Amino acid sequence: MLNKADSSAPITQDDVTLNAPQIVPDDLRSVLMKRSHLFQQVRAFFYARSVIEVDTPMLSKGAVPDVHLASLSTWVQVPGERDKQRFYLPTSPEYPMKRMLCEGSGDIFSLAKVFRDGDLSPRHQVEFIMLEWYRLGFSLFELMAEVTELLQLVLADDAQTPLRVESITYQGAFKHYAGIDDVFTAASQDYQACLNRHNVPEIVGLELSDRALWEQLVFTEVVEPKLGISEGSMAITLLYHYPASQSALAQISQENPLIAERFEVFVNGMELANGYHELADAEGYRQRFEASLTERVALKFETVPLDKALLSTLASKPLPDCSGVALGLDRLFALQQGFEDIEQGIAFGLADS
Amino acid sequence: MATYSTTEFKGGLKFLMDGQPCSIVENTQVSPGKGQAFNRVKYRNLMTGKLVEKTFKSGEKVEAADVVDTDLQYLYEDGDFWHFMDTETFDQYQAMESAVADVRKWLIEQDMCTVTLFNGQPISVTPPKQITLEVTDTDPGLKGDTAGTGGKPATLSTGAVVQVPLFVQIGEKVIVNTEKGEYISRAK
Repeated sequence: MLNKADSSAPITQDDVTLNAPQIVPDDLRSVLMKRSHLFQQVRAFFYARSVIEVDTPMLSKGAVPDVHLASLSTWVQVPGERDKQRFYLPTSPEYPMKRMLCEGSGDIFSLAKVFRDGDLSPRHQVEFIMLEWYRLGFSLFELMAEVTELLQLVLADDAQTPLRVESITYQGAFKHYAGIDDVFTAASQDYQACLNRHNVPEIVGLELSDRALWEQLVFTEVVEPKLGISEGSMAITLLYHYPASQSALAQISQENPLIAERFEVFVNGMELANGYHELADAEGYRQRFEASLTERVALKFETVPLDKALLSTLASKPLPDCSGVALGLDRLFALQQGFEDIEQGIAFGLADS
Repeated sequence: MATYSTTEFKGGLKFLMDGQPCSIVENTQVSPGKGQAFNRVKYRNLMTGKLVEKTFKSGEKVEAADVVDTDLQYLYEDGDFWHFMDTETFDQYQAMESAVADVRKWLIEQDMCTVTLFNGQPISVTPPKQITLEVTDTDPGLKGDTAGTGGKPATLSTGAVVQVPLFVQIGEKVIVNTEKGEYISRAK
């Protein structure tokens, strides 16, 4: 940024210009223009593939039950009702987009704001832009290839040199980057020893009985920082075949019941996208939602109403075979521009709103 | 006892860890899309001054520490304690050597200092950023050297030793920066 002119230096025409108030809007304008260009690049990518852009409701009677996602809500005066009704803001457009797919929308994408309560860090904002898309008949690997194409387009340097791409399984990444031989059988103590080996600061409040959380910590503290970096340069890591215990709404592999058809994409040690070969079975959705609600009760978290519209649509008009992925656009913009904090690419972040 | 949850963590928050008062220097939230959130925390132990890093599971609680920074006047030292006074309430506080160890050579009677109190006890003292002290001992140096090209050690009235330009003489008053322990200029 601009430095104040040294007071001992003679005042020149340049100093006068530097101190002029229009310098700040100019700076904002350059960020806005780059951001606008990214929107344009993304939209052009999908329009060229005949994927149609959709917008989904910002208000929903149901909320995402995932234990670690906190929805915002607001109260709406609905005519005919005595009391204001509670509506939830989306943490992702997934549920209404899946309803659209059930209703025959075909390939769709959404580029819109979503909201996650309590998330604020150099990688998080409470409201952020999510790019989410669904492709009919795509396998997990076909969708991974398409995500890679989009990233190469957006992140390529001026010379158009493609980034290096690494595809590795979740299990393989734990072995390669953390020295955990088998993530499916490793014990809390193995993870604890791994964290010590990698000089990760002491963890406060974690019991040895909470094996899943130790695994998560090895992932975020040891594995993730090494993903999407090749010989010191930005690269793309596609991490796939997550354990079935982390399937979320992905299909379980037909060949191996231990793994889910889920992938995530990492660039520069940062999670950028999360995709599934989508679970189609309506009963499967209900079971996973209810398991999340049970866990919420056990953890004394607030319980939320399920998206009944999604569940009933899935039951009456099955979800066509498809794969879908959600990508954090503010993170992508930060990677493209070399920002340390996604807020640098946002005109007015939460602190400035 | 008041407690803070990890959601309240931010720079400057004072809390107790193993009974010792600490102050958060940097707090970063780590929340994987589908996983549980953690806080990566860098904090300073206010008793030892040491910087420590720990990762807190989201929802963990820490005890609040009764730590306040207050402006007190330095009165005198009696060999065991360093005495300070609140100039509005006239309340007096006595600090142990451990609280003044790093700064005792910059303490001048009547000066206002920032004193950090933990449970009402001084645990650290920050003297004024610039203070004026008399030179009690230094080599004579070169008479004609007024450009200040060289340097020499000088002992000041509090016992502090700083590098001064060659032209500074015994009996002169100098202004020093107490954070860096550096000579700034001669006092007029």
